[in-house]
This record gives sequence, C-alpha cells and structure tokens, in this order.
Amino acid sequence: MMALPQVKQDVTEARLQALKMPEGAGWAVEARKAALSRLTQMGLPGARDEYWRFTNPGEFNAPEAAEAPPFDDGDESPVFGEIDRLKIVFRDGVFDAVASDDLSLEGVEIERLEDALSTDIHWLKDAYGAIEARTHAPVPRPFAALNTAFATDGVVLRATGKVSKPISLIYLHEKATSDAILHFVIRVEEGADLTVLENGPAAARFNKCMEVDVADGGAFHHVRAQGRDHERRAVTHLFATLGEESTFKSFTLTANGVMTRNEAWIELNGDNAVAHIAGAAVGDGRFHHDDTVFITHDAVNCESRQVFKKVLRNGAVGTFQGKILVKEGAQKTDGYQISQSLLLDEDAQFLAKPELEIYADDVACSHGSTSGAIDDEALFYLRSRGVEKGDAQDLLVLAFLAEAIEEIESEEIADDILGRLDGWLARRRS
Amino acid sequence: MLEIKNLHVKLEEEDKQILKGVDLTVPAGKVHAIMGPNGSGKSTLSYVLSGRDGYEVTEGAATLEGEDILDMEPEERAAAGLFLAFQYPVEIPGVGNMTFLRTALNAQRKARGEDEMSAGDFLKFIREKAKALKIDGDMLKRPVNVGFSGGEKKRNEILQMAVLGPKMCILDETDSGLDVDAMKLVADGVNALRDEGRSFLVITHYQRLLDHIQPDVVHIMADGRIVKTGGPELALEVENNGYADILAEMA
Ligand SMILES: Nc1ncnc2c1ncn2[C@@H]1O[C@H](COP(=O)(O)OP(=O)(O)O)[C@@H](O)[C@H]1O
Ligand SMILES: [Mg+2]
Repeated sequence: MMALPQVKQDVTEARLQALKMPEGAGWAVEARKAALSRLTQMGLPGARDEYWRFTNPGEFNAPEAAEAPPFDDGDESPVFGEIDRLKIVFRDGVFDAVASDDLSLEGVEIERLEDALSTDIHWLKDAYGAIEARTHAPVPRPFAALNTAFATDGVVLRATGKVSKPISLIYLHEKATSDAILHFVIRVEEGADLTVLENGPAAARFNKCMEVDVADGGAFHHVRAQGRDHERRAVTHLFATLGEESTFKSFTLTANGVMTRNEAWIELNGDNAVAHIAGAAVGDGRFHHDDTVFITHDAVNCESRQVFKKVLRNGAVGTFQGKILVKEGAQKTDGYQISQSLLLDEDAQFLAKPELEIYADDVACSHGSTSGAIDDEALFYLRSRGVEKGDAQDLLVLAFLAEAIEEIESEEIADDILGRLDGWLARRRS
Repeated sequence: MLEIKNLHVKLEEEDKQILKGVDLTVPAGKVHAIMGPNGSGKSTLSYVLSGRDGYEVTEGAATLEGEDILDMEPEERAAAGLFLAFQYPVEIPGVGNMTFLRTALNAQRKARGEDEMSAGDFLKFIREKAKALKIDGDMLKRPVNVGFSGGEKKRNEILQMAVLGPKMCILDETDSGLDVDAMKLVADGVNALRDEGRSFLVITHYQRLLDHIQPDVVHIMADGRIVKTGGPELALEVENNGYADILAEMA
C-alpha cells in the first residue's frame, strides 16, 4: 500500500488525538477498529483530493470545532411541529431521554446506538459500518469512516411493517463549541414502510452517518430540514442499498449554515427499485453548500432521480458533484439528474460536476446542470398583473425550487418545508 | 381614460428612437384600434405604457384617468387599472396558473385597499370565467403558459383580463395565431367585458378581429407616429388596399 503524504498523515493524526473510541461489545469494538483502519489508510482529505476541489475540508479536519453560537429559536420558523411523529431528541449530539418520546412504536424497533453496540448478540453486528465500508471506491469518504469509528450516539431502527407515524430526529444545538458525531443504522424489512424526519443544527460541528438498508418491497422516506444556524458546520452521509421493488425517497432543505457537505451514496441492487434524492438549498452571505451524490445501478429496470436546486446570493457558494454509474447488465435503467442554481446577484457562485458512467446498452440516462438569474421577462409579466416586485421575485424563487420540493410525497410535510422557505425569503425582505 | 401626448421613446441601450411623438386619447367606454405595418412601434407603445424596462421616455406624457402613469412601477399601473394582453405571453415554469391569478388579483385588491378574496370564493369566480373561454381545469392547474398552444396562451390572457377586471385594456395582436373559432372566443371574451367604465386599445394587423370587436375609432401607426385616425371604415380600407396608399398620402 502506498504511504500517505506526510501532510495527510499529520492532519489525520492531529484529528485522531482529539477523539476517543467508545467502548462496547467485542464485535462493536472490532467494527469500530476496522473503520479506524479504513480511515488511517485513506487519511483525511486535502484540497487537492478529487472530491474536495470545490469544498475546503479544513474545518472538518480541525481537531476542535470552531465556535458557533447557537441560534435564537424564535428566529427560525419551526418545522414538523404539527405533524404526528415520534420525537427523538439529541442535544449537542447527546440523546435526551426527557425531551424525547417513549421509544416505542408499532412496526419498528427503536434502540439507542450505544445500547445496541453493547449487546453481545444483535443484528447490528452485520450492519454497523457495513454499507459505509462499501462507499469508499472509487472515491474515499474519510469522514464517514471516522464517524463509524468514533460515533458517540445515535439510534438504530428496524422497521418490520408499515410504521404508523414518522420518526423525527431533532438535533438541538446549545453549546458554542459542541462537536457531535451521530450514527444511525436503519433496516427496512421486506414490505415495511418507514418515514424519517430530521431537523435542527445539531452542534457547532456535526458529522452524521446514516446507513439505510431497504429490503425487497420496502419503502423508506426521508425529509430533512437543515437548521438555519449561521455558524454551524455539518458533514453528513446518507448511504443506502436497495432491494427488489423497493423505494427510497429523500429530500433535504438547507437554509443557511456556514458550511454544509451532504454526501449521498445509493446502490440499487434489486430489480425495479426506485431511488429519488432531492435537495433545495437557500444561501445568503457566508454560506457554502455541497451536495456530493453517487448512484449505482446494479439491477434491471431501476429508476433513479436526482434533483438539486440552490438559490444563492451575497457571496454564497453552492457546489454539486453527482454521478450515475450504470453497471454491466443493469438494463432498462432510467436515470435522471438535474442540478441548477439561481443566482440572485453577481456575487454568488455555483460549481457543478455532473457525471455519467454507463456499461449497459439499453438505458435512458439524462443529466443537466444550469446556472442563471431571475428571468426578467417572467418578473415583468408578474408585475404587469399587479404582483409587487418582491413578491414576484419570491414567487419565482419558489417556482425554481418547485421541482425539488415536489419530491416530497406528503403534502403536510411539503407545506412545512414551504413554510420554512417563506420565512427565509421574508427575512430577506425586511 | 387614457391620454397619450407627444410621446417620444428611445431604446435605453441604443440610440434608437422608436416612438416619435404619439398622440392618442381613448375616452371611457370606447374601443380604439391601432393598425400599422410591422415595426411601426405598436408593441413598444404597449410596453412603455405598462412599464417594461429597456425604454426611455425622452418627451411627452401618458395619463390614466388623469394620473401620470409613466413614473409608476408596473404593479402600480396594474392596480390603477391598466392591463396589457401580451403579444407573446410569458411562460413561467413552477408557478401554477391558478396560484398566479389569485396572487395577482389579491395583490391588486390589497394595493387598492380592498379585502382579499378567499380561496373558496376565488375558485368559484375563476371557474365561471374560465368556462366562458373554454379553459378547462387542467389549464388552470398547469404552470403559467407552459406547454400551452398559441391559442391557449391568448385565451389565457383574456382570462386574466376577465379576472382582474381592469379599466384600460390594451390587446397587442391577441388575434395573431388564432384560428376562426379561437378568435371568436377571444372576441366574445372582450365583448363581454365592454362597459361604460372600461376602455380598450386593440392593436392588430388585420381587419378580421375588428369584425368581431367593433371599434369606435381606428388609428394607423407608422414609423412611431399615429398618421391617420378615422372610423371603422379605415380598417376596411387597410384590408382592401394595404398600408401603401395611406402612407403615400402622408408623404
Ligand atoms: N428591445 C428592442 N431592441 C431592439 N429593437 C427594438 C426593441 N424593441 C423594439 N425594437 C425595434 O423598434 C421597432 C418597433 O418595434 P415594435 O414596437 O415591436 O413594432 P410593432 O409591434 O409595431 O411590430 C422595430 O424596428 C423593432 O425592431
Ligand atoms: Mg408588435
């Protein structure tokens, strides 16, 4: 094996010194050590690494989290408040039993990560870090390996039927320098159906890894609203493997946050599986938002859809790296990818790298990436009908984001997301 | 209702004079038509009146019910009662036609200090207006003008006019690209709105539309000016002899 460059070694060692591996059952410690060895082999990223050309990893590499004062609650429109859900609350990355609901719900087993990792015989033995371990080729994801090795908290879910209400992960941030590493393992059994919601800034710095295994005929829905905390930094990983006839649908809204890197890795392994992943990001000022998505088609007649939209202004930067890989034999693949930015002024920037790699002949794949400003013709048309300029602009911003928001199946949840967006737009008008 | 005096307009970006002293008065309750060759400045006049960017008024004035409109924002002109049916209606992906119409109506009501219309009332109101123009529910739900045929776009303009109920309606070549049936629908839509308190300025190339919408006065525009004004018979003259005679007469 090639030795890592000295700089990488130094950075990695410095980061590791600040971390302590939690205890657990023998198999759990083994899994963590295996992840640590993956991490030390690949090393933490540098600005020249393939996946880090658009986004500076420095703040994630640093041994300590940079200070991020928590946000004033009253300033952020709440989400999911009216939705009947089971709440699981983390405060600066630590499970809060008092603020959480009772962890029992029909159709799903819910367990705190540390409990599961301390149990000698547990299905998690074959699952913890298992998908993460597969995501490093062709491009390594060191922060995901770091997460598996050092995650301090999280939840393990096993859905066995149609779960009656969403599981809502709520990430509160209170301490100015909190550094949270949370890991979630989700197994959706055959024919089961689970919805997971996520919201909140989590910590000054947040590293999250969610491994999702959807068995044949299972359905997983995921909607997340990344908190508006201006200074928070987050690197998140959403990894999924999909069985036959299964469905995976994920939507993320990001409203501010100084640094967000959302990685997704999805593998369609069973025939007729469907994976949709969408994101809407709105950024103003010091805002860097990165979507890095890798979708692999490894079965027949599967559909994947990536819809990423970013609204940027006042120095905000958005980046997108998205790939569809169609393996040999993955015939009748239907792959779609679109990444677009709406630049509200000349200071904003969007960088995109869409990729297709196809080894099957009977496939329909399309991808497109655009960057543009508000359409003056449309703006005038709206105004000529009496719509005030600011309202007309907001309407066009929401119209731009519509294709991504339409990926949310629940109307109730979509309304919540729109409410958060309205709030963001309104604050920019006052 | 609408008074235009000695209006001179040039392009903002280039030194190109387009309107060279337009004088035109449309009294309340009247229908005036403007005809004229391509490039004579008819659309420019309609855009300048509705407040589109890119033009500079170098001389002259335009008032709506005595109020100077040239300094108003486009939305203020709309709230004051001005409406332009676009020659090329704009497509707005992502904005539903119905949402658009309700937002526009309520924005105007709000600007005039009136109560907004509730979603329920609006639904009833729009259904009735749409039915008269043979606009189905699907067209109301689809994004504004996206995937509409030429005729559907023009009918959609008339629907907007019917919903917003403006005082001064300017129709810019609403007849172009319409077949006979669609033209009749559009004309019926306009005629249904004719009223003592409402005026129309109908810009058209052809006599055809004026068979259905009887104008009180016809103006001929050429090279940025109104060069001739007369009764409905003027439109027939254009239909029969083209513009050449009239223009020669002027020279
Ligand atoms: N935005 C513009 N840029 C360049 N030329 C323009 C613009 N708008 C109008 N013109 C020119 O002004 C003249 C009048 O155009 P227009 O008002 O569209 O005429 P009409 O509607 O009578 O056909 C034409 O010569 C046209 O090319
Ligand atoms: Mg024209």
